[in-house]
Amino acid sequence: MHELSVTQSIVAICAEHAAGARVLRVRLQIGRLAAILPDAVRFCFDLCTDGTVLQDAQLEIIEIPGRAVCCRCGAQLTLNEPFGRCDCGSTELTVIAGQELRIEQMEVL
Amino acid sequence: MCATCGCSDGEEAVHAAVPSGHEHEHEHEHEHGHAHEHEHHHVHDHDQHEHGPHTHTHADAPARTIRLEQEVLAKNQLLAERNRGWFQAREVVALNLVSAPGSGKTTLLERTARELAGRVALQVIEGDQATAHDAERIRAAGCDALQINTGAGCHLDAAMVGKAIEQLRPPSGSLLMIENVGNLVCPALFDLGERAKVVIVAATEGEDKPLKYPHMFRASRLMLLNKIDLLPHLQFDVQRCIGYAREVNPQLEILQVSAQTGAGMQGWYQWLYRQLAPRHALAAASADATEAVGP
Repeated sequence: MHELSVTQSIVAICAEHAAGARVLRVRLQIGRLAAILPDAVRFCFDLCTDGTVLQDAQLEIIEIPGRAVCCRCGAQLTLNEPFGRCDCGSTELTVIAGQELRIEQMEVL
Repeated sequence: MCATCGCSDGEEAVHAAVPSGHEHEHEHEHEHGHAHEHEHHHVHDHDQHEHGPHTHTHADAPARTIRLEQEVLAKNQLLAERNRGWFQAREVVALNLVSAPGSGKTTLLERTARELAGRVALQVIEGDQATAHDAERIRAAGCDALQINTGAGCHLDAAMVGKAIEQLRPPSGSLLMIENVGNLVCPALFDLGERAKVVIVAATEGEDKPLKYPHMFRASRLMLLNKIDLLPHLQFDVQRCIGYAREVNPQLEILQVSAQTGAGMQGWYQWLYRQLAPRHALAAASADATEAVGP
């Protein structure tokens, strides 16, 4: 549900940086632990860009896997959810990747 | 690709794909924002035939890439930090209360407002998609309250809270409760500038809520398990729920309360006093001395 307001922010940020130029392509980074559904962003993107300089722009989403480091033994592990359990048994993990929600770049005309 | 302006439209791609062995010259004109003209002089050996000079026009201006590396929620974060600074300067403790709809947030706040009246300056910001019912309930409990209606929005954001505190102007040393829209998903992403998030889960919900909505339980500092007065009538396994919550967030503090009967509410008040300390250390001590601590 929040993807709509998140996508509105994405469109607003891109439009501001485009300064009137037409935006052809936008590349986002969305972490798997960011609580953002890429498909929902894609769906909202067409709605939000309609009538803006981003109209008909292509949306490219790079999904970044979740990674954490165990606070007890220092091992790194891959996470599909924002929590998990290290092989050593600890659930005290520091998430080091996968929480991204970032506009990486855009192509303008 | 054009070396002058970096343009790489379809026509030029065709040029690049032409096999070697022809000779041609061409000029082209661009129609785009920065006016310039240039000529290309390609000279190739050509066995079979020769091209004469030709002119064509580019319909498209060159595309360029802008690296942004911009956090999408940066604006909200900036406004949240502004709110946080406002709260810190005035020693206001702001808490962001989050839960699914119907967990008893408003009932909890009503009882808290009544029972802390005279001890703690308490103010409430109520977030709902529509109606002012909750703010009216809180005011009836004797507490200043401001209603924010988010309309289609599913969460409060830092800008809404910034406007609300301009109107409400919580006094120095007060406790500001921000009751977020009933939703365990979206409010996890939007920092309001609060000291801590408090997640409320009712015993009438499934005990696996922490696993189903891990972002919210991870973002929270305290979990209140509410409606414990109903436990005898429910199949709710308290220890299992607490285990799930700690699995998602090992640092999570957990208290069991019933906002309806008042059971366990003293533990909640002590937690609030600790947030307000040292200003309220004396009040906490007197509350401990005069009232029995709930289960």
